[in-house]
Amino acid sequence: VTLLALLLALCDDWPQFRGPGGRGVSAETELPVRWSKDQGLRWTAELPGVGLSSPVVAGGRVYLTACSGFEQERLHVLCFDAATGARLWERSFRATGSTQCNKKTNMAAPTPAADASRVFALFATGDLAALDRDGVLLWYRSLAGDYPTIGNNVGMAASPVLHGDTLLVAMENVGESFAAAIDARTGRNLWKHPRSAKINWTTPFVWTRAGRPEALFQSPNELTAYDVASGSRLWTHAAEKLSTIPSPVAADGLVFAPGGPFTALRPGDGAVAKAWEAPALPAATASPTFHQGRVYAVDNTGIVTCADAADGKILWKVRTKGPHSASPVVAEGRLYLLNEAGATAVLSLSEEGKQIALNELGEPMMASPAVSGGAIYLRSDRRLIRISR
Amino acid sequence: VRALLLLALSADPDLDAWLARIRAVGAEGEGHAEAGEAVRKVVARGPDALLPTLAAFDGAGPRAQNWLRGAVDALAAAGKADAKALEAFLLDRRRSGEGRFAAYEILVRLDPAAPGRLLPGMLDEAGRELRREAVAQALKGAEGKPEALRKLLPSARDVDQVGAIVKQLKSAGIETDLHAHYGVVARWTLLASFDNAGMKGFDAAYPPEAGVDLRTRPAGKGGAPVRAVPHETKDPAGKVDLNAVLGKEMSAVAYAFAVVESDEERSVELRVGTNNAVKVFLNGKLGAFRNEYHHGMKMDQYVARGTLRKGRNEILLKLCQNEQKDDWAQSWSFQARLCDALGGAVPFRSAGP
Repeated sequence: VTLLALLLALCDDWPQFRGPGGRGVSAETELPVRWSKDQGLRWTAELPGVGLSSPVVAGGRVYLTACSGFEQERLHVLCFDAATGARLWERSFRATGSTQCNKKTNMAAPTPAADASRVFALFATGDLAALDRDGVLLWYRSLAGDYPTIGNNVGMAASPVLHGDTLLVAMENVGESFAAAIDARTGRNLWKHPRSAKINWTTPFVWTRAGRPEALFQSPNELTAYDVASGSRLWTHAAEKLSTIPSPVAADGLVFAPGGPFTALRPGDGAVAKAWEAPALPAATASPTFHQGRVYAVDNTGIVTCADAADGKILWKVRTKGPHSASPVVAEGRLYLLNEAGATAVLSLSEEGKQIALNELGEPMMASPAVSGGAIYLRSDRRLIRISR
Repeated sequence: VRALLLLALSADPDLDAWLARIRAVGAEGEGHAEAGEAVRKVVARGPDALLPTLAAFDGAGPRAQNWLRGAVDALAAAGKADAKALEAFLLDRRRSGEGRFAAYEILVRLDPAAPGRLLPGMLDEAGRELRREAVAQALKGAEGKPEALRKLLPSARDVDQVGAIVKQLKSAGIETDLHAHYGVVARWTLLASFDNAGMKGFDAAYPPEAGVDLRTRPAGKGGAPVRAVPHETKDPAGKVDLNAVLGKEMSAVAYAFAVVESDEERSVELRVGTNNAVKVFLNGKLGAFRNEYHHGMKMDQYVARGTLRKGRNEILLKLCQNEQKDDWAQSWSFQARLCDALGGAVPFRSAGP
């Protein structure tokens, strides 16, 4: 176990929603391809409540959020040892914002963000807790206390993203909508800008362009890049119908914005050009993935579409067993796609998406997988699962 | 009293100072770095700091209480707490319900027999979570026993527990006055309609918001005089279906007006549920609002906290219907009740209009 713990500490972390680059791509190798209820589950850990948030992995620890209680008012932050699945600590808070939501979601919808020494857990209630790796509270923000009109009756889900000591938070809703950067060390706002007062669940995306980190916030009518450090508005793309659920990704100088239609943008100096539009690329619940010049997008029924990232040309489509909410992960030339019944289809990307495995666990799952230390982590409402060889 | 209670548990000025720093956290991260440092020091004190930290819940707001929960969880995990001291703290009703519930959760882990021993005496708790635990346990014991259920109902506050009791009573042929239990406001005068084209009616202050005068009929939608329709809801939860009472209408604003009398001045929560954009006024003061349509309706969705005056009080709800054509977007309805902070009905009389 000690050796495994040491190896885990040396492996790539999966520190946020959709992993280290935010694109759902892992550089891990030796990942499992086949597993079942009875085979390949290295460990499982029971959870005190439900959640749609993904596990995140940092410094050999797996962090996860959950919620419980009559009105989902109990908010849990959990920490597990990645090697053994032992629960190292649990902290719980009470919702200070509204807990009303659609039946398909819950208060533990946003995925936490972590680094080697800290975890930042945001809940749909606007409660935001920063804890060190041992569970000592660093700071706690009640965003609903700070900004009393935030919220919506469907439920919020955008995940925070950590960039150095800057925590980026998208809080777009029917009340006081904003994009904010919070000092991860102190909990104070670094900057905060108003956004459209429309319900939105997209997670910010950080990339570096022209040597400067940019934070992308996608709203229905606007995709905006802010300078991470200063919060200054770098460029904006106005649109009629960008998606409010799948989040944008960016790579190779292009921003891939799900919407109607799916659009690739090429930002320049203060201006942004439309590189291409691909109406056939789906923009449903799952966020798209970019890998080695290709964009992969999944609709809610399970149809995977691959497009050339250079021009948006559709290269292939494959039907998998849906329905889908989780976002796909690419690793070792394979695409892992988890459906809502807990079955993960594994597609070979070198064979135009040929399905090489379907791994059924038989329990509802909607959270996107995490990949770290040669393992795939899945969570249901009941348990956290580590799958590894 | 609070200061004396704190002194009774802590003779450590450093600890008191750290807890004071935690309790002083403000909005937008104010004092958070200092409070974080204080949490680290409190946690480093170990289990001896547990009771003073639980005591610090007294009078703290929701933000500070969550800070304290973070410290309490860490302290509880740091070493075995003194179960007897925790039980004494739990039974001290001068303490906050939130701090006592945190103590209860730790105690239950140390002493699994504690709920059976303590919860029967907690059916009248002022703290919501302790009350809920007590009712849940009593409900298990009262299953299928109508008399026990009838006695238990006045203790229940949460909708699911009330519903479970009422359902069983109904099966036994016992009807329940849910209006009385919840404090439902049942008698209304509905003033309709005003324009909500483009959903602009939410921000438009139509005449009722300056004061309701039922002797006049201001011009409403399309210039037509506004109707004043008396209505008393018989729905058990107090729901009023405006489509049924007023006739189906889109892009419209209706006001629901009620007068209630109270024998004394008291703090009150006017709790409203609606699928529609809403503003909630108590005695002319805006207490809650939400500009959101057709994303679900539930009891106690919006809470306006205020004061029920001795004598006459006016309730005014602004209920906006938009122009969505979807089948699921046709609801135009609301419910309202007057209760205390725990959700228990407060005494009032409907006095018209």
